[in-house]
Amino acid sequence: MSDIIEDIEIRLLLEALYQRFHYDFRDYAQASIRRRLRQARDQLGFANFSALQEHLLHDDDMLPRLLGYLTVQVSEMFRDPSFFRTIREKVVPHLRTYPSLKLWVAGCSAGEELYSYVILFREEGLEDRTLFYATDISEEALAAASRGIYSLDRIRTFTENHRASGGKSSLSDYYTSAYGNAVFDKSLRDRVVFSDHSLVTDAVFGEMQFVSCRNVMIYFNRELQDRAIGLFNDSLMRNGFLGLGSKENLRFSRHADAFTDFVREEKIYQRREQ
Amino acid sequence: MSGVLPRAVVIGASAGALQALSQILPELPADFPVPVLIVVHVPADRRNMLAPLFQAKCRMLVREAEDKEPAMAGTIYFAPPGYHLLVEADGSLSLSSDEEVLYSRPSVDVLFESAADAYGPNVVGIVLTGANPDGAQGLRAICESGGTAIVENPADAYAGTMPEEALKACPKAHVLALGEIAAHLLRVCPA
Repeated sequence: MSDIIEDIEIRLLLEALYQRFHYDFRDYAQASIRRRLRQARDQLGFANFSALQEHLLHDDDMLPRLLGYLTVQVSEMFRDPSFFRTIREKVVPHLRTYPSLKLWVAGCSAGEELYSYVILFREEGLEDRTLFYATDISEEALAAASRGIYSLDRIRTFTENHRASGGKSSLSDYYTSAYGNAVFDKSLRDRVVFSDHSLVTDAVFGEMQFVSCRNVMIYFNRELQDRAIGLFNDSLMRNGFLGLGSKENLRFSRHADAFTDFVREEKIYQRREQ
Repeated sequence: MSGVLPRAVVIGASAGALQALSQILPELPADFPVPVLIVVHVPADRRNMLAPLFQAKCRMLVREAEDKEPAMAGTIYFAPPGYHLLVEADGSLSLSSDEEVLYSRPSVDVLFESAADAYGPNVVGIVLTGANPDGAQGLRAICESGGTAIVENPADAYAGTMPEEALKACPKAHVLALGEIAAHLLRVCPA
Protein backbone atom coordinates (compact mmCIF):
# COMPACT_ATOMS: atom_id res chain seq x y z
CA MET A 1 0.00 0.00 0.00
CA SER A 2 1.19 3.47 -0.57
CA ASP A 3 2.55 4.86 2.61
CA ILE A 4 -0.24 6.01 4.94
CA ILE A 5 1.71 9.06 6.04
CA GLU A 6 2.39 10.00 2.45
CA ASP A 7 -1.34 9.73 1.70
CA ILE A 8 -2.14 12.06 4.59
CA GLU A 9 0.52 14.53 3.51
CA ILE A 10 -0.74 14.57 -0.07
CA ARG A 11 -4.31 15.20 1.06
CA LEU A 12 -3.17 18.03 3.31
CA LEU A 13 -0.99 19.55 0.60
CA LEU A 14 -3.83 19.57 -1.92
CA GLU A 15 -6.14 21.03 0.73
CA ALA A 16 -3.59 23.78 1.46
CA LEU A 17 -3.26 24.50 -2.25
CA TYR A 18 -7.02 24.88 -2.47
CA GLN A 19 -7.62 26.87 0.71
CA ARG A 20 -4.75 29.25 0.16
CA PHE A 21 -4.74 29.64 -3.65
CA HIS A 22 -8.03 28.15 -4.92
CA TYR A 23 -6.35 25.65 -7.17
CA ASP A 24 -8.45 22.54 -6.68
CA PHE A 25 -6.75 19.24 -7.44
CA ARG A 26 -8.57 17.37 -4.67
CA ASP A 27 -10.74 15.37 -7.09
CA TYR A 28 -8.04 14.57 -9.58
CA ALA A 29 -7.29 10.91 -10.27
CA GLN A 30 -4.82 10.10 -7.52
CA ALA A 31 -2.25 7.90 -9.25
CA SER A 32 -1.03 10.55 -11.71
CA ILE A 33 -1.19 13.35 -9.14
CA ARG A 34 0.91 11.31 -6.73
CA ARG A 35 3.48 10.67 -9.43
CA ARG A 36 3.69 14.36 -10.32
CA LEU A 37 3.90 15.42 -6.68
CA ARG A 38 6.73 12.96 -6.03
CA GLN A 39 8.58 14.43 -9.00
CA ALA A 40 8.03 17.92 -7.63
CA ARG A 41 9.14 16.90 -4.12
CA ASP A 42 12.32 15.24 -5.38
CA GLN A 43 13.29 17.85 -7.94
CA LEU A 44 12.53 20.80 -5.67
CA GLY A 45 14.68 19.10 -3.06
CA PHE A 46 12.23 18.38 -0.24
CA ALA A 47 12.46 15.35 2.04
CA ASN A 48 8.67 15.03 2.28
CA PHE A 49 5.40 16.68 1.32
CA SER A 50 5.02 18.41 4.68
CA ALA A 51 8.23 20.33 4.04
CA LEU A 52 6.96 21.22 0.59
CA GLN A 53 3.67 22.37 2.09
CA GLU A 54 5.41 24.63 4.57
CA HIS A 55 7.19 26.39 1.71
CA LEU A 56 4.01 26.53 -0.34
CA LEU A 57 2.27 28.43 2.45
CA HIS A 58 5.11 30.72 3.41
CA ASP A 59 7.25 31.25 0.34
CA ASP A 60 5.82 33.25 -2.58
CA ASP A 61 7.96 31.52 -5.17
CA MET A 62 6.70 28.06 -4.47
CA LEU A 63 3.21 28.18 -5.99
CA PRO A 64 4.24 28.66 -9.64
CA ARG A 65 6.97 26.06 -9.26
CA LEU A 66 4.59 23.48 -7.85
CA LEU A 67 1.91 24.30 -10.43
CA GLY A 68 4.52 23.75 -13.12
CA TYR A 69 4.61 20.11 -12.06
CA LEU A 70 0.89 19.69 -11.46
CA THR A 71 -0.33 21.23 -14.68
CA VAL A 72 2.27 19.91 -17.09
CA GLN A 73 0.53 18.44 -20.04
CA VAL A 74 1.99 17.13 -23.19
CA SER A 75 0.23 17.34 -26.50
CA GLU A 76 1.11 17.51 -30.17
CA MET A 77 -0.27 19.55 -33.00
CA PHE A 78 -2.95 17.57 -34.80
CA ARG A 79 -2.58 14.80 -32.25
CA ASP A 80 -4.55 11.77 -33.52
CA PRO A 81 -4.64 13.01 -37.13
CA SER A 82 -7.76 10.98 -37.91
CA PHE A 83 -9.64 13.08 -35.34
CA PHE A 84 -8.73 16.28 -37.18
CA ARG A 85 -9.41 14.68 -40.55
CA THR A 86 -12.90 13.85 -39.30
CA ILE A 87 -13.39 17.45 -38.13
CA ARG A 88 -12.45 18.61 -41.61
CA GLU A 89 -14.62 16.15 -43.45
CA LYS A 90 -17.65 15.73 -41.21
CA VAL A 91 -17.87 18.66 -38.77
CA VAL A 92 -16.71 21.59 -40.93
CA PRO A 93 -19.64 21.20 -43.37
CA HIS A 94 -22.00 21.75 -40.40
CA LEU A 95 -19.97 24.68 -39.08
CA ARG A 96 -20.09 26.37 -42.49
CA THR A 97 -23.82 26.86 -42.05
CA TYR A 98 -23.27 29.30 -39.14
CA PRO A 99 -22.52 32.97 -39.82
CA SER A 100 -20.33 33.18 -36.73
CA LEU A 101 -18.64 30.52 -34.65
CA LYS A 102 -17.22 30.09 -31.17
CA LEU A 103 -14.78 27.32 -30.40
CA TRP A 104 -13.52 26.59 -26.89
CA VAL A 105 -10.32 24.66 -26.25
CA ALA A 106 -10.72 23.77 -22.58
CA GLY A 107 -7.42 22.96 -20.88
CA CYS A 108 -5.34 24.34 -23.74
CA SER A 109 -2.02 23.75 -22.00
CA ALA A 110 0.86 25.03 -24.17
CA GLY A 111 -1.45 25.58 -27.14
CA GLU A 112 -0.63 22.75 -29.55
CA GLU A 113 -4.29 21.82 -29.87
CA LEU A 114 -5.41 25.43 -30.21
CA TYR A 115 -3.06 26.13 -33.14
CA SER A 116 -4.22 22.92 -34.79
CA TYR A 117 -7.79 24.23 -34.83
CA VAL A 118 -6.82 27.74 -35.96
CA ILE A 119 -4.77 26.35 -38.84
CA LEU A 120 -7.51 23.91 -39.79
CA PHE A 121 -10.14 26.65 -39.68
CA ARG A 122 -7.93 28.93 -41.78
CA GLU A 123 -7.45 26.19 -44.34
CA GLU A 124 -11.18 25.59 -44.44
CA GLY A 125 -12.02 29.29 -44.73
CA LEU A 126 -13.71 29.51 -41.33
CA GLU A 127 -11.11 31.41 -39.33
CA ASP A 128 -12.48 34.89 -40.09
CA ARG A 129 -15.88 34.15 -38.62
CA THR A 130 -14.60 32.25 -35.57
CA LEU A 131 -13.67 33.32 -32.07
CA PHE A 132 -11.34 30.86 -30.39
CA TYR A 133 -11.36 30.63 -26.60
CA ALA A 134 -8.29 28.98 -25.10
CA THR A 135 -8.51 28.38 -21.37
CA ASP A 136 -6.35 26.77 -18.74
CA ILE A 137 -5.83 27.02 -15.00
CA SER A 138 -2.10 27.59 -15.39
CA GLU A 139 -0.80 31.08 -16.15
CA GLU A 140 2.42 29.59 -17.38
CA ALA A 141 0.57 27.34 -19.81
CA LEU A 142 -1.46 30.29 -21.08
CA ALA A 143 1.71 32.33 -21.51
CA ALA A 144 3.32 29.48 -23.45
CA ALA A 145 0.21 29.08 -25.58
CA SER A 146 0.16 32.79 -26.42
CA ARG A 147 3.86 32.68 -27.37
CA GLY A 148 3.32 29.80 -29.80
CA ILE A 149 6.96 28.74 -29.76
CA TYR A 150 7.83 25.04 -29.95
CA SER A 151 11.12 23.24 -30.11
CA LEU A 152 12.09 22.37 -33.68
CA ASP A 153 12.63 18.76 -32.75
CA ARG A 154 8.88 18.41 -32.22
CA ILE A 155 8.04 19.90 -35.59
CA ARG A 156 8.58 16.71 -37.56
CA THR A 157 5.79 14.98 -35.66
CA PHE A 158 3.57 18.06 -35.97
CA THR A 159 4.21 18.17 -39.73
CA GLU A 160 3.46 14.48 -40.22
CA ASN A 161 0.28 14.81 -38.15
CA HIS A 162 -0.82 17.89 -40.09
CA ARG A 163 -0.35 16.09 -43.40
CA ALA A 164 -2.15 12.98 -42.15
CA SER A 165 -5.04 15.15 -40.96
CA GLY A 166 -5.64 16.31 -44.54
CA GLY A 167 -3.69 19.59 -44.24
CA LYS A 168 -4.11 21.76 -47.32
CA SER A 169 -0.76 23.50 -47.11
CA SER A 170 2.66 22.95 -45.61
CA LEU A 171 2.88 23.41 -41.84
CA SER A 172 6.05 25.45 -42.50
CA ASP A 173 3.80 28.16 -43.98
CA TYR A 174 2.71 28.94 -40.44
CA TYR A 175 6.00 29.31 -38.60
CA THR A 176 9.51 30.69 -38.91
CA SER A 177 12.55 28.93 -37.50
CA ALA A 178 14.82 30.67 -35.06
CA TYR A 179 17.47 29.35 -32.68
CA GLY A 180 16.20 25.77 -32.65
CA ASN A 181 12.60 26.85 -32.27
CA ALA A 182 9.57 27.16 -34.51
CA VAL A 183 7.81 30.47 -33.91
CA PHE A 184 4.20 30.30 -35.04
CA ASP A 185 2.81 33.30 -36.88
CA LYS A 186 1.14 35.80 -34.61
CA SER A 187 -1.72 36.24 -37.08
CA LEU A 188 -2.84 32.80 -35.88
CA ARG A 189 -3.70 34.46 -32.57
CA ASP A 190 -5.68 37.36 -34.03
CA ARG A 191 -8.97 35.72 -33.17
CA VAL A 192 -7.92 33.92 -29.99
CA VAL A 193 -8.96 34.89 -26.48
CA PHE A 194 -6.69 33.40 -23.82
CA SER A 195 -8.29 33.12 -20.43
CA ASP A 196 -7.80 31.67 -17.02
CA HIS A 197 -10.60 29.17 -16.39
CA SER A 198 -11.00 26.12 -14.18
CA LEU A 199 -13.25 23.23 -15.09
CA VAL A 200 -13.29 22.38 -11.40
CA THR A 201 -14.52 25.65 -9.93
CA ASP A 202 -15.56 28.05 -12.72
CA ALA A 203 -18.82 28.42 -14.63
CA VAL A 204 -20.03 28.59 -18.20
CA PHE A 205 -18.96 31.70 -20.12
CA GLY A 206 -20.55 31.62 -23.55
CA GLU A 207 -22.51 29.71 -26.11
CA MET A 208 -20.24 27.57 -28.23
CA GLN A 209 -20.57 25.64 -31.47
CA PHE A 210 -17.59 23.47 -30.60
CA VAL A 211 -15.90 22.48 -27.35
CA SER A 212 -12.64 20.57 -27.45
CA CYS A 213 -11.34 19.04 -24.25
CA ARG A 214 -8.93 16.27 -25.08
CA ASN A 215 -6.87 14.30 -22.59
CA VAL A 216 -7.79 16.58 -19.73
CA MET A 217 -10.58 14.62 -18.10
CA ILE A 218 -8.51 11.46 -17.81
CA TYR A 219 -6.87 13.30 -14.91
CA PHE A 220 -10.19 13.76 -13.13
CA ASN A 221 -12.14 11.34 -10.98
CA ARG A 222 -15.69 10.41 -11.97
CA GLU A 223 -17.41 13.24 -10.05
CA LEU A 224 -15.15 15.85 -11.52
CA GLN A 225 -15.60 14.40 -15.01
CA ASP A 226 -19.33 14.79 -14.50
CA ARG A 227 -18.93 18.41 -13.49
CA ALA A 228 -16.80 19.20 -16.54
CA ILE A 229 -19.17 17.45 -18.95
CA GLY A 230 -22.09 19.31 -17.35
CA LEU A 231 -20.25 22.56 -18.07
CA PHE A 232 -19.73 21.57 -21.69
CA ASN A 233 -23.36 20.62 -21.99
CA ASP A 234 -24.41 24.03 -20.66
CA SER A 235 -21.90 25.83 -22.90
CA LEU A 236 -22.87 24.20 -26.16
CA MET A 237 -25.70 25.36 -28.33
CA ARG A 238 -28.13 22.71 -29.56
CA ASN A 239 -26.37 20.48 -32.09
CA GLY A 240 -23.02 21.85 -30.95
CA PHE A 241 -20.02 19.52 -31.04
CA LEU A 242 -17.86 18.13 -28.26
CA GLY A 243 -14.48 16.56 -29.05
CA LEU A 244 -12.78 14.35 -26.44
CA GLY A 245 -9.48 12.45 -26.34
CA SER A 246 -9.33 9.11 -28.08
CA LYS A 247 -9.50 7.19 -24.78
CA GLU A 248 -12.19 9.32 -23.17
CA ASN A 249 -15.92 8.83 -23.51
CA LEU A 250 -19.25 9.90 -22.14
CA ARG A 251 -20.51 6.40 -21.53
CA PHE A 252 -20.15 6.52 -17.75
CA SER A 253 -21.24 10.14 -17.40
CA ARG A 254 -24.39 11.45 -15.76
CA HIS A 255 -24.83 13.62 -18.86
CA ALA A 256 -24.47 10.83 -21.41
CA ASP A 257 -28.08 11.26 -22.54
CA ALA A 258 -27.54 14.90 -23.44
CA PHE A 259 -25.24 13.91 -26.31
CA THR A 260 -25.33 11.65 -29.33
CA ASP A 261 -22.32 9.98 -30.94
CA PHE A 262 -21.46 12.03 -34.02
CA VAL A 263 -18.41 9.99 -34.99
CA ARG A 264 -18.04 7.39 -32.30
CA GLU A 265 -14.55 6.10 -33.02
CA GLU A 266 -13.16 9.65 -32.97
CA LYS A 267 -14.98 10.60 -29.75
CA ILE A 268 -16.85 13.44 -31.42
CA TYR A 269 -20.24 14.02 -29.82
CA GLN A 270 -23.13 16.29 -30.67
CA ARG A 271 -25.41 17.95 -28.18
CA ARG A 272 -28.99 16.75 -28.55
CA GLU A 273 -31.80 19.01 -29.76
CA GLN A 274 -33.87 18.16 -26.64
CA MET B 1 4.80 -16.20 -0.72
CA SER B 2 4.02 -14.99 2.74
CA GLY B 3 0.42 -16.11 2.59
CA VAL B 4 -0.76 -12.95 0.83
CA LEU B 5 -2.64 -13.62 -2.38
CA PRO B 6 -1.96 -11.30 -5.30
CA ARG B 7 -4.71 -8.95 -6.50
CA ALA B 8 -3.11 -8.32 -9.88
CA VAL B 9 -0.29 -9.29 -12.21
CA VAL B 10 1.55 -6.51 -14.04
CA ILE B 11 3.82 -7.19 -17.00
CA GLY B 12 6.23 -5.00 -18.97
CA ALA B 13 7.87 -5.92 -22.26
CA SER B 14 9.47 -4.19 -25.23
CA ALA B 15 11.55 -5.58 -28.09
CA GLY B 16 10.51 -9.20 -28.60
CA ALA B 17 7.33 -8.70 -26.57
CA LEU B 18 4.93 -10.51 -28.88
CA GLN B 19 6.85 -13.78 -28.92
CA ALA B 20 7.46 -13.60 -25.17
CA LEU B 21 3.82 -12.87 -24.27
CA SER B 22 2.70 -15.61 -26.67
CA GLN B 23 4.47 -18.10 -24.43
CA ILE B 24 2.72 -16.87 -21.29
CA LEU B 25 -0.75 -15.47 -21.86
CA PRO B 26 -2.36 -18.41 -23.75
CA GLU B 27 -1.41 -20.67 -20.80
CA LEU B 28 -3.60 -18.76 -18.37
CA PRO B 29 -7.12 -20.13 -17.83
CA ALA B 30 -10.31 -18.17 -18.51
CA ASP B 31 -10.96 -17.97 -14.77
CA PHE B 32 -7.50 -16.70 -13.82
CA PRO B 33 -8.34 -15.10 -10.46
CA VAL B 34 -6.83 -11.63 -10.93
CA PRO B 35 -6.50 -9.01 -13.68
CA VAL B 36 -3.33 -8.94 -15.80
CA LEU B 37 -2.16 -5.45 -16.75
CA ILE B 38 0.40 -5.12 -19.52
CA VAL B 39 2.58 -2.38 -20.95
CA VAL B 40 4.21 -3.11 -24.29
CA HIS B 41 6.17 -0.40 -26.04
CA VAL B 42 4.50 0.23 -29.38
CA PRO B 43 4.55 3.39 -31.46
CA ALA B 44 1.62 5.67 -30.66
CA ASP B 45 0.53 6.04 -34.26
CA ARG B 46 -0.14 2.37 -34.69
CA ARG B 47 -3.72 1.26 -34.12
CA ASN B 48 -3.42 -1.15 -31.27
CA MET B 49 -3.47 -4.66 -32.63
CA LEU B 50 -2.34 -6.26 -29.40
CA ALA B 51 -5.75 -6.90 -27.89
CA PRO B 52 -7.35 -8.56 -30.96
CA LEU B 53 -4.15 -10.46 -31.65
CA PHE B 54 -4.01 -11.98 -28.19
CA GLN B 55 -7.75 -12.43 -27.85
CA ALA B 56 -7.47 -14.91 -30.73
CA LYS B 57 -4.92 -16.97 -28.77
CA CYS B 58 -6.03 -16.56 -25.16
CA ARG B 59 -8.70 -18.01 -22.92
CA MET B 60 -8.83 -14.94 -20.71
CA LEU B 61 -10.68 -11.86 -21.99
CA VAL B 62 -8.26 -9.44 -23.65
CA ARG B 63 -8.90 -5.75 -24.12
CA GLU B 64 -7.30 -2.35 -24.33
CA ALA B 65 -7.63 -0.56 -20.98
CA GLU B 66 -10.19 2.25 -20.74
CA ASP B 67 -10.00 5.19 -18.42
CA LYS B 68 -11.78 4.69 -15.05
CA GLU B 69 -12.84 1.10 -15.64
CA PRO B 70 -12.43 -1.34 -12.76
CA ALA B 71 -9.76 -4.00 -13.40
CA MET B 72 -11.58 -7.33 -13.43
CA ALA B 73 -10.36 -10.84 -12.67
CA GLY B 74 -10.03 -13.05 -15.72
CA THR B 75 -9.16 -10.11 -17.96
CA ILE B 76 -5.95 -9.01 -19.65
CA TYR B 77 -5.62 -5.24 -20.18
CA PHE B 78 -3.12 -3.68 -22.56
CA ALA B 79 -2.10 -0.03 -22.15
CA PRO B 80 -3.29 1.94 -25.21
CA PRO B 81 -0.48 3.24 -27.42
CA GLY B 82 0.38 6.83 -26.51
CA TYR B 83 -1.01 6.64 -22.95
CA HIS B 84 0.43 5.64 -19.61
CA LEU B 85 -1.67 3.09 -17.73
CA LEU B 86 -2.00 3.47 -13.96
CA VAL B 87 -3.89 1.67 -11.19
CA GLU B 88 -5.85 3.65 -8.62
CA ALA B 89 -6.15 2.65 -4.97
CA ASP B 90 -9.71 1.37 -5.54
CA GLY B 91 -8.48 -1.00 -8.27
CA SER B 92 -9.79 1.07 -11.18
CA LEU B 93 -7.58 1.90 -14.13
CA SER B 94 -6.64 5.36 -15.27
CA LEU B 95 -4.78 6.68 -18.28
CA SER B 96 -2.49 9.66 -18.61
CA SER B 97 -0.81 11.48 -21.45
CA ASP B 98 1.96 12.86 -19.27
CA GLU B 99 5.40 13.11 -20.77
CA GLU B 100 7.26 10.03 -21.88
CA VAL B 101 9.36 8.24 -19.29
CA LEU B 102 12.63 6.90 -20.72
CA TYR B 103 11.27 7.74 -24.19
CA SER B 104 8.27 5.53 -23.58
CA ARG B 105 4.55 6.15 -23.28
CA PRO B 106 3.13 3.84 -22.11
CA SER B 107 5.86 3.29 -19.55
CA VAL B 108 6.40 0.13 -17.54
CA ASP B 109 7.75 2.15 -14.60
CA VAL B 110 4.58 4.23 -14.42
CA LEU B 111 2.32 1.16 -14.36
CA PHE B 112 4.49 -0.73 -11.86
CA GLU B 113 4.92 2.20 -9.46
CA SER B 114 1.19 2.84 -9.38
CA ALA B 115 0.57 -0.89 -8.89
CA ALA B 116 3.00 -0.91 -5.97
CA ASP B 117 1.05 1.99 -4.42
CA ALA B 118 -2.36 0.46 -5.07
CA TYR B 119 -1.71 -3.18 -4.20
CA GLY B 120 1.30 -3.08 -1.86
CA PRO B 121 2.54 -6.64 -1.32
CA ASN B 122 -0.40 -8.10 -3.24
CA VAL B 123 0.97 -7.73 -6.72
CA VAL B 124 3.18 -9.75 -9.05
CA GLY B 125 5.43 -7.73 -11.37
CA ILE B 126 7.08 -9.35 -14.37
CA VAL B 127 9.77 -7.77 -16.55
CA LEU B 128 10.30 -9.47 -19.90
CA THR B 129 12.52 -8.89 -22.91
CA GLY B 130 13.42 -5.36 -24.00
CA ALA B 131 16.31 -3.16 -25.04
CA ASN B 132 15.98 -0.31 -22.54
CA PRO B 133 15.91 0.21 -18.77
CA ASP B 134 12.15 0.88 -18.46
CA GLY B 135 10.64 -1.29 -15.76
CA ALA B 136 13.66 -1.36 -13.43
CA GLN B 137 12.48 1.45 -11.15
CA GLY B 138 8.97 0.11 -11.19
CA LEU B 139 10.05 -3.40 -10.25
CA ARG B 140 12.13 -1.91 -7.45
CA ALA B 141 9.00 -0.19 -6.13
CA ILE B 142 7.12 -3.50 -6.22
CA CYS B 143 9.98 -5.25 -4.38
CA GLU B 144 10.16 -2.50 -1.77
CA SER B 145 6.48 -2.74 -0.96
CA GLY B 146 6.74 -6.50 -0.55
CA GLY B 147 5.29 -7.66 -3.87
CA THR B 148 6.50 -10.59 -5.94
CA ALA B 149 9.03 -9.82 -8.66
CA ILE B 150 9.77 -12.02 -11.64
CA VAL B 151 12.33 -11.34 -14.36
CA GLU B 152 12.79 -13.23 -17.59
CA ASN B 153 16.22 -14.85 -17.65
CA PRO B 154 18.29 -12.19 -19.45
CA ALA B 155 20.51 -14.85 -20.99
CA ASP B 156 17.55 -16.31 -22.90
CA ALA B 157 15.72 -13.07 -23.60
CA TYR B 158 15.35 -11.72 -27.14
CA ALA B 159 16.73 -8.42 -25.78
CA GLY B 160 18.51 -8.67 -22.44
CA THR B 161 18.80 -5.04 -21.29
CA MET B 162 15.37 -4.67 -19.73
CA PRO B 163 15.59 -7.85 -17.61
CA GLU B 164 19.23 -7.10 -16.68
CA GLU B 165 18.38 -3.61 -15.47
CA ALA B 166 15.37 -4.92 -13.59
CA LEU B 167 17.55 -7.49 -11.82
CA LYS B 168 20.06 -4.84 -10.83
CA ALA B 169 17.25 -2.77 -9.31
CA CYS B 170 15.58 -5.74 -7.67
CA PRO B 171 18.21 -8.45 -7.05
CA LYS B 172 15.86 -10.74 -5.14
CA ALA B 173 13.50 -11.15 -8.11
CA HIS B 174 12.82 -14.70 -9.30
CA VAL B 175 14.68 -15.33 -12.55
CA LEU B 176 12.65 -17.64 -14.76
CA ALA B 177 12.79 -18.91 -18.30
CA LEU B 178 9.88 -17.75 -20.46
CA GLY B 179 8.45 -21.27 -20.49
CA GLU B 180 8.29 -21.37 -16.65
CA ILE B 181 6.47 -18.10 -16.04
CA ALA B 182 2.86 -19.17 -16.67
CA ALA B 183 3.20 -22.21 -14.37
CA HIS B 184 4.71 -19.98 -11.69
CA LEU B 185 1.80 -17.54 -12.00
CA LEU B 186 -0.70 -20.34 -11.61
CA ARG B 187 1.04 -21.38 -8.39
CA VAL B 188 1.10 -17.90 -6.84
CA CYS B 189 -2.40 -16.99 -8.09
CA PRO B 190 -4.43 -20.15 -7.33
CA ALA B 191 -7.97 -20.18 -8.68
